Amino acid sequence: MERIPILRMGNCLLITIQVDMHDRLALALQDDLTAKIYATGAKGVLIDISALEIVDSFMGRMIANMSAMSTILDAQTIVVGMRPAVAITLVELGLELPGVQTALDVERGMHMLRSSLARKR
Amino acid sequence: MTNNAVVPLHDEQDVVRARQAVRIRMEELKFSLVDQTKMITAASELARNAVIHGGGGQMGIEVLVNGARTGVRLTFEDNGPGIADLALAMTDGWTSGGGLGMGLPGTKRLVNDFHIESAPGQGTRIVIARWK
Repeated sequence: MERIPILRMGNCLLITIQVDMHDRLALALQDDLTAKIYATGAKGVLIDISALEIVDSFMGRMIANMSAMSTILDAQTIVVGMRPAVAITLVELGLELPGVQTALDVERGMHMLRSSLARKR
Repeated sequence: MTNNAVVPLHDEQDVVRARQAVRIRMEELKFSLVDQTKMITAASELARNAVIHGGGGQMGIEVLVNGARTGVRLTFEDNGPGIADLALAMTDGWTSGGGLGMGLPGTKRLVNDFHIESAPGQGTRIVIARWK
């Protein structure tokens, strides 16, 4: 089965979702991410969704779940790269992703992670 | 450009196919990016409902022309258990389980026209349209 790769950068993990995800792929990513945080002790996670043309309620829930799961595994998670049209659609759909930290792009997200991890030390 | 098409909805790959079919049609008709995104998202919600709750079905795509206006109409049909209380199903926050309760009312907000017919044992038929 295809998988979405999770890259390690120092004490952070980077996930770039580049395919139109079907539901099982999204669920597998959730499992893979939590396993990888556990195995590596990563303290930060960036989820790049800039390639996603839509986020529906299922994918939105997956993103919110991954963020919550990572947080309780002591890894701060930031969702980056949401397209403006996706943001408009999500809010009209009623899905405002409470508790999910976001940044405009990978660079800004990484900066946020690094400074907040530095504060924790 | 063919005007009508039908996409079968039996598994989650079909949900992806339904999204792609809607995207192609909306792009051909030069809908704005926000309009495209809303309609594809609505299609994804309803296609998934048909697969998960309706036990499979199909999505029909039609291009509508009303004077100078162009629209896309999607018809989702399944032969599932149907919905006993339509008013309840259209309430924000209500869910039959597993979801966030955004499905039907949220989807309705993403389109211009929304029509639902369903009864226990009769399956569900939902017709949505978005106009340019």
